[in-house]
Amino acid sequence: MIDPIFIAEAALNGILLGGVMALLALGLNLIFGVLDIVWIAYVELVMLCMYLVYFLVTGYGWPIWLGGLASVAFGAVLGVAVHLLIISPLLNSAAINQFLATGGLLFFLQSFATFLWTTDHRTVRLNLPIIEVAGMFLSFARLIAFVVAILAMIGLYLFLRHTFIGTAIRAVSQDRDAMRLMGANPQRVYVVTSAVGGAMAGLAGALLIIQYSVHPYFGAAFGPLTFMICVLGGLGNMVGAVVAAVIMSEIISVGGVMMSTEMGYVIAFVLFIVMMFARPGGILAKRE
Amino acid sequence: MARLTAAAVLAIIAAAPFLPMGGMRQYALHVLVQIFIWSFIGGAWSLMGRFGLISLGHGAFLGAGAYTTTLLWNFWGLTPWLGVLVAVAGAVVIGLVLGYPCFRFRVVGHYFALVTLAVGEVVRLLVIAERDWTGGSLGVTLKASAGEASLAAIQFADKRVFYYASVVVWLGGLWVWRRVDRSMARSALEAIGEDETAAASVGIHVTRFKLAITVLSAALTAVGGVLYAQYFTYVNPDTLSGIGVSLRIVFAVVLGGMYSLLGPTVGSALTIALSEYLRVLFGLKFIGMAETIYGLVLILCIIFLPAGIYGSLRAAIARRMARRRAAPA
Amino acid sequence: MLELRGVTAGYGQFTALWGVSLRVSAGEAVAVVGPNGAGKTTLMRVISGLVSPREGDLTFEGQSLARLPAHEIVAHGIAHVPEGRRIFPMLTVADNLKMGAFLRSARRGYRDSLERVYTLFPALAERQKQRAGSLSGGEQQMLAIGRALMSRPKIILLDEPSMGLAPVMVLRLFDLIRRVREEGYTILVVEQNVRQILKLVDRAYLLEVGRIKMEGRADELSEQDFVRKAYVGL
Ligand SMILES: Nc1ncnc2c1ncn2[C@@H]1O[C@H](COP(=O)(O)OP(=O)(O)OP(=O)(O)O)[C@@H](O)[C@H]1O
Ligand SMILES: [Mg+2]
Repeated sequence: MIDPIFIAEAALNGILLGGVMALLALGLNLIFGVLDIVWIAYVELVMLCMYLVYFLVTGYGWPIWLGGLASVAFGAVLGVAVHLLIISPLLNSAAINQFLATGGLLFFLQSFATFLWTTDHRTVRLNLPIIEVAGMFLSFARLIAFVVAILAMIGLYLFLRHTFIGTAIRAVSQDRDAMRLMGANPQRVYVVTSAVGGAMAGLAGALLIIQYSVHPYFGAAFGPLTFMICVLGGLGNMVGAVVAAVIMSEIISVGGVMMSTEMGYVIAFVLFIVMMFARPGGILAKRE
Repeated sequence: MARLTAAAVLAIIAAAPFLPMGGMRQYALHVLVQIFIWSFIGGAWSLMGRFGLISLGHGAFLGAGAYTTTLLWNFWGLTPWLGVLVAVAGAVVIGLVLGYPCFRFRVVGHYFALVTLAVGEVVRLLVIAERDWTGGSLGVTLKASAGEASLAAIQFADKRVFYYASVVVWLGGLWVWRRVDRSMARSALEAIGEDETAAASVGIHVTRFKLAITVLSAALTAVGGVLYAQYFTYVNPDTLSGIGVSLRIVFAVVLGGMYSLLGPTVGSALTIALSEYLRVLFGLKFIGMAETIYGLVLILCIIFLPAGIYGSLRAAIARRMARRRAAPA
Repeated sequence: MLELRGVTAGYGQFTALWGVSLRVSAGEAVAVVGPNGAGKTTLMRVISGLVSPREGDLTFEGQSLARLPAHEIVAHGIAHVPEGRRIFPMLTVADNLKMGAFLRSARRGYRDSLERVYTLFPALAERQKQRAGSLSGGEQQMLAIGRALMSRPKIILLDEPSMGLAPVMVLRLFDLIRRVREEGYTILVVEQNVRQILKLVDRAYLLEVGRIKMEGRADELSEQDFVRKAYVGL
């Protein structure tokens, strides 16, 4: 029998991980919602950003917050590059070609990272305390990551609600031609969307490197999970994304303690498949 | 004329193992066997793909097939001849469990692709989780049978046996593809690919057709997985399930062209030749470089040859013909 | 103000407009009428840049528009209220109007424009926070027109504003269009309700299978036997 305190600890960790996963899923969700394209290689961009922070912090002695800012900027640049080089030529192609091209990017980034940095696992060591609450041990790094992720999501919410370009991003996903008639260049809106999505990947990278080690296959573990949370949350639904992220992270975290990491993922993915049939519009959507 | 060409090609394929190739023979056969196996699997995938059912989870069927026969043989000594039946049954069940609700609830497009992707991941993770039997991510080796060759175990030291076996299976795949292509179902399913409501309105039972094609594709893919396992005598969750292998299958098919009989074969031949070339070129020197270039080539192909090699070639020829016709006028 | 000379346009191999010439002077209201499939929508789309003309000339206040993309044409002062309204259903009424002012030049006067649109369409003011998709058909059309006004255009293109509305609503809508007109906007409108629209505009064009068949002052045109029989239904 597993001590309930471990399960409670896992549950708490699940919530903390859920914050970062929600952030990631929202970035992907934004791009998916506006461009109707799934970036299969989205978490590979996160992986690159994690390496960036790793090298800046351990190699050049940058403080972690500065490395994080650099990562956000780098993520935005990567997002724009992916859009201009790969997505833009394929905007009107068959869905399968879009999958394949971003899938090719996944192969490319994984392998190129292997080539450059080998498959070693690299960790940023921060001297952050471990907090003890009621017999449970919580890492301070995770707590910070959670709080920053939540703040970033609030920021994204305000951006999408209250700025002209943010509202335009939502509008383009509903009617591209009508938005052209409003004087918006869809291509520009796409670039901004990709930059924002990339910046979220950059931020997530900075938040993940303080809790996990990075290696070229980092995306293999988090990538599918991110797609699924993104879809489960429902397009353009921020609350849905958070709920879906927390549920999936809980299953993985608690399932990991009670059974094995893989079984946690298996249960989470099976739940995803079942939910796709039960609630195709997302976890919070009303059934039609 | 076409018959003559086909006969000539078949004759060459049949004679290939005996052609003089010096020390290259073993290696050449090895590459050819892979090409035939993956062409067969690609053909199975394209049965679904050409009707708009984009699966990113064919690794599930492949892995289910390969692991079923391997484990049955290793633990109970069940001959793969019977094992393949269990494997196919398993894949069919996965296909039904996946397909029925998907088609019933109209999960289409990106969503279908992501659901299949999840199924592929589930199989991969289950294999890893059940590491006591499956060897986890380290994979598992097929227990060797006694002696040089065993028909009951489908293990042969001589690569030529597998060469012919893979050719036969590949031809069988082409035959099935042809049958599906010619049968009544074709126009129906193509209509579904185009427009589901339209197809439904002319009285086509959409769900049943999609399910049939999915089950067929799953079953054939499982057979491909079994053949792969018997040939390599080693299976591993990352090379057989998960996103990586699923994307590779799709890439080969799209590169060759999924709407023609030999498209998947052409695509598989090209991608395997490319992988092999890069592998030999870089060897163990620059780890990751071969795959890096593979990914790059993939992206470039998709951007610049969106209709695949065959489709793009045909479009280019059509353009040239049109220009020639226009010129004298 | 707006002038088309010999415009030919279509989709792929198909030609929907054949050498269409048309002009609208500042302050004028002009209607384009014609049967279904005549190319009226295509004509509007050519003007706003959603379809680019294959041949012919398209000028607005002396500047050529023929090669400009849609989003740049708006900046010249041409607002297009498309067929079927095409509001953003998941955005609120206020956000729809905000998108109408997306142009940099329009953002400065955003508050003012909003004020004016709400005075013109008080129904919208009451529903600012409501999702646009939940409005009634008539309200959605008001929103579409209001959204177009937000860009502070010089000319408004209206494509079948009465489509799908109940007869009472059509009358109210035409009243509203009249008021928009009195605000001093130049209007080019496509309509199926020929009789009513001819009472509202100064001049009209008759478009049939992609060609202008007739043009003239609205009152003269409605007297023509041909138009009466075929369109006005008298
Ligand atoms: N996107 C398109 N692709 C191809 N053909 C089109 C397209 N849109 C319109 N057409 C064709 O162009 C012709 C003119 O269409 P258009 O929509 O301009 O007619 P309309 O006068 O607005 O008709 P309605 O009164 O029904 O709105 C029609 O024959 C139509 O089939
Ligand atoms: Mg029309």
